Amino acid sequence: MLRHLSLNKETIIAMAALALAWQLASMLFPPFLFPPVPAIVEQFFNIFRSESLLLNAVATLARILGGLVGAFALGTMLALVMAKWEKAHRHLYPVLHFNQGIPALSWVVISIIWFRNTEFRIWFIMVATTLPAFTFQILDAYRSISKDLLEMSLSFRPSRYDLFRTLILPTVVPGILTAWKVNLGNASRVVVVAELVGATSGIGYQLLLMQQLFNMAGALAWTLMLVLFVLVVQRLITLIEDHVLTYRAAAERGI
Amino acid sequence: MSEPIISFRQVSKCFTGKDARAAGQFAVKDLSFDVTAGELVAVVGKTGCGKSTMFNLLAGLLAPTSGEVRVEGRDPFRDFAWFRGRIAVVFQGDRLMPWRSAVRNVAYGLELHGKPKSERLDVARDWLHRLGLQGHENDYPHALSGGMRQRVSIARAFAVNPDILLCDEPFSALDELTSEGLRREFVKLVRENNKTSIFITHSINEALQLGSRILVFRPPAYIALEVHTAQATNDDERAQLKQSILAVMTGEAAATDGEQRA
Repeated sequence: MLRHLSLNKETIIAMAALALAWQLASMLFPPFLFPPVPAIVEQFFNIFRSESLLLNAVATLARILGGLVGAFALGTMLALVMAKWEKAHRHLYPVLHFNQGIPALSWVVISIIWFRNTEFRIWFIMVATTLPAFTFQILDAYRSISKDLLEMSLSFRPSRYDLFRTLILPTVVPGILTAWKVNLGNASRVVVVAELVGATSGIGYQLLLMQQLFNMAGALAWTLMLVLFVLVVQRLITLIEDHVLTYRAAAERGI
Repeated sequence: MSEPIISFRQVSKCFTGKDARAAGQFAVKDLSFDVTAGELVAVVGKTGCGKSTMFNLLAGLLAPTSGEVRVEGRDPFRDFAWFRGRIAVVFQGDRLMPWRSAVRNVAYGLELHGKPKSERLDVARDWLHRLGLQGHENDYPHALSGGMRQRVSIARAFAVNPDILLCDEPFSALDELTSEGLRREFVKLVRENNKTSIFITHSINEALQLGSRILVFRPPAYIALEVHTAQATNDDERAQLKQSILAVMTGEAAATDGEQRA
């Protein structure tokens, strides 16, 4: 069980040490700066006890996944266009590269000015910030298709669908899974900023409330919730990786 | 003489592209030859003499610039799908899919040809056993030696039961001892299964060991010498034949009785 959750002995010791250090700090500083660990844990479980609070967490998680799915779909299309047409690549690459340099906060301001609907605003911010990375990573994965294996496959005269299913998909899947892992971390940071400024629900909004109430335990509880979500989804992706990329695991173990 | 199963008629291939060195150059020029059913023809020549271009034309992976390539009376490039299961290729290097086990690599061609899973896995296992790889069915390529991987790639080609087997220097990356053993097995399998095969190599010894007929190529892929290995009945004659081939390959003897600038 611990192995599946990636909780090795060192992880448990490190986390326990962190909690202990925090608890010690709470004895030295006032609670609004360093609340005791039990208070943070209680606030964390309170989120699960209250339906309205839990809905805030669900809203954020849905926004993250919705934004990532949108960026992934759009990024896949752009990557395929760039892979197929060199001219398109030459034109799109600088735009995406430029886009990478735009801070998430700028997208927040732009989307608030451009769009009225809150959910669309957040979705737009998520897509705008994660699209370049998805596109470049999928493009790299597509370009990593071995010419030798392509020739070998073509020598058996496959249909386009079979070629996609048996060669292209298995080649690009590792890159796609890595892209999801990387972008999940980025998206979880961006969504909080987007909600903090432009939403009336979600973890970001709750963090804003906690700041206004000077409730450090609540702020940490909501932060923990977001971290937990990212870790769980990343673990799920790793489990998928282990299942889909059995041969890699075997190669690493030298079997 | 029976009808040829493979025929090249005045075939030329000129590459066009951004690469200034390659653009406008003939990789194959006015090439003509026939291969009859059941023959094992070795094609030998130095690197860059157009062997691989000829090979790709034959496999239907390239279209000729001019001339006519016919395999079983059809154009392998235009009638690409018709040749599904009729032509199989053993490449230089094993070209195994790292995410597939040995048995699933062998079954790959059959999978593309729509054979049911149980049937294709049975056939694949049978071929792995024939090539001495029993017990390695579920091993991934990284766990197999170079020789074993090449056996898997040979099994993959034979598994689709093709009429014609094309081999592009399949043993060149292996050590001499391994390749010697595999050559013997390969010839035995070709003969036993009555396949027609074209075997490209840069090794004269390999060509002599494999081919019932040897075509010696010189750039741009014209046949500078054509010999029937049956003509050499003893070691002296084989050594003489080897010298003749070597001389033609290196350009020391450009014109011979067998020269056929088609």
